[in-house]
Amino acid sequence: MLHPLFTEEHEQLRRSVRQFVESELAPHAQEWEREGGFPDWVFKRMGDLGFMGVRFPEEYGGQGGDWGHSIVIAEEMARCGSGGVGMAIAVQSEMATPPIFKFGTEAQKQRFLLPAIKGEKIVCLGITEPNAGSDVAGIETTARPDGDGGWVINGRKIFITNGVRADFCVLVTRNDKEAGHHGFSLFLVDTDTPGFEVSRKLDKLGMRSSDTAELVLDDVRVPSEQLLGEQGHGFVEIMWELQGERVIGAAGSIAGGWLVFEKTLAYAKERHAFGRPIGRFQVNRHKFATMATELEAARQLLYDTALAWERGEYPVKQISMVKLYSGLVVNRVMNECLQLWGGMGYATETGIERAWRDSRLLRIGGGTDEIMREIISKTMGL
Amino acid sequence: MATATRFAAVPRAGLFTPEHDELRDVIRQFVQRGLKPHAEEWESSGEFPVRDVFAQAGTVGVFGAKYQPEYGGTGPDLVADAVITEELALCGSGGVAAALGAHKDLGPYYVYRFGTEEQRRRYLVPAIAGERIGALAITEPTAGSDVGAIRTRAERSPGDGWRLTGTKTFITNGPIADFVVVAAKTDPAAGRSGISLFVVEAGTPGFSANRVDTVGWRTSHTGELVFEECEVEAGAILGDENRGFYHIMASFQWERIVMALSAVTAAQATLELAMAYARDRQAFGRPVSKFQVWRHRFADMATQIEAARSLSYHALRKVVAGEDAVREVSMAKWLATELDWRVADEALQVHGGYGYMMEYPVQRAWRDARLGPIGGGTTEVMKEIIGRSFGL
Repeated sequence: MLHPLFTEEHEQLRRSVRQFVESELAPHAQEWEREGGFPDWVFKRMGDLGFMGVRFPEEYGGQGGDWGHSIVIAEEMARCGSGGVGMAIAVQSEMATPPIFKFGTEAQKQRFLLPAIKGEKIVCLGITEPNAGSDVAGIETTARPDGDGGWVINGRKIFITNGVRADFCVLVTRNDKEAGHHGFSLFLVDTDTPGFEVSRKLDKLGMRSSDTAELVLDDVRVPSEQLLGEQGHGFVEIMWELQGERVIGAAGSIAGGWLVFEKTLAYAKERHAFGRPIGRFQVNRHKFATMATELEAARQLLYDTALAWERGEYPVKQISMVKLYSGLVVNRVMNECLQLWGGMGYATETGIERAWRDSRLLRIGGGTDEIMREIISKTMGL
Repeated sequence: MATATRFAAVPRAGLFTPEHDELRDVIRQFVQRGLKPHAEEWESSGEFPVRDVFAQAGTVGVFGAKYQPEYGGTGPDLVADAVITEELALCGSGGVAAALGAHKDLGPYYVYRFGTEEQRRRYLVPAIAGERIGALAITEPTAGSDVGAIRTRAERSPGDGWRLTGTKTFITNGPIADFVVVAAKTDPAAGRSGISLFVVEAGTPGFSANRVDTVGWRTSHTGELVFEECEVEAGAILGDENRGFYHIMASFQWERIVMALSAVTAAQATLELAMAYARDRQAFGRPVSKFQVWRHRFADMATQIEAARSLSYHALRKVVAGEDAVREVSMAKWLATELDWRVADEALQVHGGYGYMMEYPVQRAWRDARLGPIGGGTTEVMKEIIGRSFGL
């Protein structure tokens, strides 16, 4: 039976996304991994297919879907054979754009949200800085009034997915250093604005097909109509964004864990050692049992959490739990599977090591394990 | 695709309706007022007023959720039964929860599932009322999870009945039961296809029960049952002759899902107990709960509890829908019971020396939780089942 988050309609979407991913993305995955990037047409194609902004209303180019639809897409993207592609698409459709829909003006939606959903423009989300990662409150990028009703932005951002080729950036800044958590503001900044520069393309251990940038903002001038949301409310707004980011990140990672599990299971039935398939050794059988149990627990926790959100709750504690639990479980699963593959897992041709490397990010990006535990323990009054 | 109103009608977790919440309140009142205040006293003496407690529980409706009103039940509603299971786990004594739970889910449930109408009237109806106590006897000194290896024999007796010989052990409620559902070999040469179930009443000549001492679940009467040429009539056979093994396997699912639900609930209660202590206890100038390592350990435990809960509800949804859920139930059973045990151990640790003292309830949670990964099929057996379900 389907989890109550899903209906047959979601399963139809799943079939079409899978068809697309397997026929149009997966054949290129190895090449994209090797080259350290994937082409822009993927954004456009997914926009054309309606897979880009599935939760947004139809008037903005979306499909009026719910969390179930977004999760289906994230899960199916895991099948493309390259973690970076799914991550880049998720950053566009589930991380950088939701704040525009939720907090933006109509004009901002027309100018930024619509082309992003169509896949005509590429978006990045600028939160992290060299000295402020999970500690969002430590952000140093400043936005100060230019005296003409606009703003001047200065600072640096790092680890910015899609940042190398983005057309615009949803940028977190500090507009009032004295105001603590009430001194943050979001901006929509075109990347061709003078002073906006990609200072570095970062090389990474995994998620290699996705581009990751370091950005420098040097007296970048933006008009007041590019302030997103309410001045001074940026912290709360970006915390809201992070909740959706964590749900979608978990969905993709758990699905990736299941894929590697299934591939490894098939391998363990074929590969013989000491006269029998390695999967028939009791120790390995129990490893598979343990992995499947934990993956299923992670998946069900994710679905229950998404359902709670869909039904009107704002389950920050549960979302943090999903993020923490799925990252740990998927990392363990990837490592255990690599072990089951032995030398073949260490060789690049099977793709296992790629998944293993990609998955390591789960416990860092979108808030580290340690930050999740901080959030959870705070919600428990500790 | 717009589905704005779709979720209004979905019960919580796809399971619980407002009626279930009302039932939860009723059972909670009974457990928190009628059981929990006595838990300490009962645990220290190893005894509880068995007949009174069973009768009260019967009156409240603890035992009847799985059955139709014609038997005195309030169902059939497996979700309601799950609610009752969760609330019983909060009674403060693993043994009392086990005694009531075993009666709810084992012996009498077998009578309902496999019994004739007459057997249901005779055993199930008074069991639902809490007037007669039923137990289930499968495990033997040399056959636990390996049910096919039981040695208790049932042979045709001259008087057209059956004669049982053998020993059962670790039988919850065995020494206080009015009737016991007993698994015995009726065709030893046929292996698994040679096992049958019988209902044996207390007081039947040749049947005796002794209480065994246990490290936890101390208020529960755990027994060794001995059958020495114990004669029962032909009508004592329960279900189909030689189908007992399959009856047992089919019934394990409910036993395991309620164990998972109990373990999740118990783990939550133990975590709360530990956090309350940690908030209260000062060390190095601040509450222990303010040390970052402990905050993170509590966060980990809470996270794993929610994951185990979601997994258990997933298994429950499948069982309630009548789907094959052997894999999911086995997953939930081992994950939840192992977690309950780990949480109890962490809780004991945060109590420091007091955790080791009998005056604090955390030691009981620790002892009680240790049974979870053993009873109802060990963790190792659960992993065998799961592994095999993947074709390994």
